[in-house]
Amino acid sequence: MKPAPFEFFAPETLQAALELKSQHGDEAKPLAGGQSLIPAMNFRLAQPAILIDLNRISELRYIRKNGSLRIGAMTVQSQAEHDGLVATHAPLLHEAIPNIAHSQIRNRGTVGGSIAHADPASELPVICIALNARMRAQSKSAERWLEARDFFAGLFATTLKPDELLVEIEFPGMPANTGYAFMELARRSGDYAMAGLAALLTLDEEGNCKDSALVYLNVGDGPVEATQAVASLKGVKPSPDAFKEAGIIASQKDMAPFGNLHASADYQRHLSAALTERALAKAFERAKQAMKA
Amino acid sequence: MSSYPISVTINEKAYQHEVEPRLLLSDYIRQMACLTGTHIGCEHGVCGACTILFDGKPVRSCIMLAVQADGHELMTVEGLTSDEKNLHPLQQAFWEAHGLQCGFCTPGFLMTLLPYLQENPRPSEEQIREAISGNLCRCTGYQHIVDAAKLAAQKMHTP
Repeated sequence: MKPAPFEFFAPETLQAALELKSQHGDEAKPLAGGQSLIPAMNFRLAQPAILIDLNRISELRYIRKNGSLRIGAMTVQSQAEHDGLVATHAPLLHEAIPNIAHSQIRNRGTVGGSIAHADPASELPVICIALNARMRAQSKSAERWLEARDFFAGLFATTLKPDELLVEIEFPGMPANTGYAFMELARRSGDYAMAGLAALLTLDEEGNCKDSALVYLNVGDGPVEATQAVASLKGVKPSPDAFKEAGIIASQKDMAPFGNLHASADYQRHLSAALTERALAKAFERAKQAMKA
Repeated sequence: MSSYPISVTINEKAYQHEVEPRLLLSDYIRQMACLTGTHIGCEHGVCGACTILFDGKPVRSCIMLAVQADGHELMTVEGLTSDEKNLHPLQQAFWEAHGLQCGFCTPGFLMTLLPYLQENPRPSEEQIREAISGNLCRCTGYQHIVDAAKLAAQKMHTP
């Protein structure tokens, strides 16, 4: 057997899971889809003493729209991928999900699991920040909401407390006249991307850039926001030159990629710049369509 | 180490065992249910050889625990046919189009393609390549697998 021994619980209700979490704290690792955790356990890189399997908690699997879009943390990624509410109300999320590994992984991997895992190379944390998502964290006796920006705390780390679980992610709608794009580049389909980003572009009534968001994956210890590039676009008339400039600023000033086995830091900067240009052009087209609609 | 009783349906047959929680589903299928058609390649969710259907959906059995299958319905490659002389159309297509050489990866490809072709009766070559992108083959260069999938789509949807 590959994983080291552990104590196993498979509670049927959220309350029972939170009870276990309050008893065992960080000793107990929640098991969501397990598509990152179990490989790490097979290599014994992860050796949790206690595993709390959340898969029997059906109350955490849902996609609802009341005001904003709400996704239960244990919703599997393939369900969100093919969900009409997601496609309509969070098209950026809809566009990003097929980039998560392969269909077999998305059949098991969960939305909340991927977010709470906080892998800098993964797509969903980037989407959460671009869309100003909010996370609902729950413990046995309390619940609180966290802004996506306050949720991620570096490499594989979040600000969840030892007795808390991520139970729901809320995606507010995009502002009016906003276009979006998600793009990434991987060596092979389904691999972790060498670089990628989520882009939003909001136009004002004159068709100038009112606001934007540029959030990158795998070029830092978490999702990286290109604040200087975003500032460079503010009030500007959208053009290929402006998008190119934003890509240069984002890749040279806003990020400090480490480089990895598949791409040097320089190449990651190069890719990020090129993808920024393309993503902004696509977001601009979609923003114009949104204005006409 | 404590054991947990599990009841699993595999290929419409009920199995009951006591398992340690750390037993991987792939090892359970091979060693306790004795269904060795499911192959184990990388054991960390990359190669797709261990793909099975879990409640009808393809998943990688090497990155799931056997205890998690308790009460669920599984299908492995053995479930395609029980008759060696009468292969499932998907298997027949792999045979005819030379969709395998050493055959190690084949069970994973078949279990990935079975639900895919049931839901997508006329996939394009590009769609087939995307559908099988989570399965690695080191022999064929994939072209014959793509051909086999196309042929299988015809066979499976011809009355």
